[in-house]
Amino acid sequence: MRIPILKLHNYLLISIQIDLDDQSAIQFQEDLLNKIHKSGATGVVIDLTSVDIIDSFIAKVLGDVVTMSDLMGARVVLTGIQPAVAMTLIELGIHMQDVQTALDLEQGLIKLRQELEG
Amino acid sequence: MEIKPCVNIRQEWDIVGARQLGREKAKELGFGTVDQARIATAISELARNIYLYAGTGKVYFETIDRLDKKGLKVVAVDEGPGIRDLSQVMQDGYSTSGGLGAGLPGVKRLMDTFEINTEWGEGTEIIAVKWVR
Ligand SMILES: Nc1ncnc2c1ncn2[C@@H]1O[C@H](COP(=O)(O)OP(=O)(O)OP(=O)(O)O)[C@@H](O)[C@H]1O
Ligand SMILES: [Mg+2]
Repeated sequence: MRIPILKLHNYLLISIQIDLDDQSAIQFQEDLLNKIHKSGATGVVIDLTSVDIIDSFIAKVLGDVVTMSDLMGARVVLTGIQPAVAMTLIELGIHMQDVQTALDLEQGLIKLRQELEG
Repeated sequence: MEIKPCVNIRQEWDIVGARQLGREKAKELGFGTVDQARIATAISELARNIYLYAGTGKVYFETIDRLDKKGLKVVAVDEGPGIRDLSQVMQDGYSTSGGLGAGLPGVKRLMDTFEINTEWGEGTEIIAVKWVR
């Protein structure tokens, strides 16, 4: 299953609406990097409001996406992480320290704008 | 006797199937959303380990319904290579596959009881229980 990536000015917006299997997660990683490359986007918001599970594999893919996008010059913000998902991640031992987060898509965009446009 | 719900792990997508069925069972038993997420995540880790390290195996569920407490028992079994050094794999960050190595120690923290039976060359059985609070 392909996850749609929307473009808004210099930003890319993604809302993950499916229960991510490993293959879809990897596909998403690839699609996003290609899209950053093609569009020259400087910021990315990945909204996780509908995601009710993040296990160690998906966490690794998301963490990698952030690092890789950063290497390509695009800042990523993850938004809408559910309380249950946040608690589970910490108990799994996954801290995602270098990852920027915000409450929802709107806050994510505000955060990007503040950082990138000063 | 109750027929145990069971998911065969043969392909990657079965990992999603197993955790979805587990979450459904957890919901039926009355677990709250956080515990549902813990259980689904634990199942996902166990099912992925089967897929990655043993190739095939199964995950099944047993509901425990006693007078004093209710819970969900998750059993993951395979006839893969087994685990040689248990204390090593239970360390955070230990992985033979470039993973985060969070899986097994994580499952232990997410569930209330955790038990591994494994024999090198024979296979692995992991039993974990979560109690309804
Ligand atoms: N069912 C199994 N059969 C054989 N070996 C296993 C099995 N499950 C786990 N292992 C071994 O235990 C190690 C640790 O497993 P664990 O799930 O904690 O981490 P991982 O799978 O390597 O990474 P992560 O789960 O964080 O993506 C694995 O790297 C593997 O060598
Ligand atoms: Mg694992």
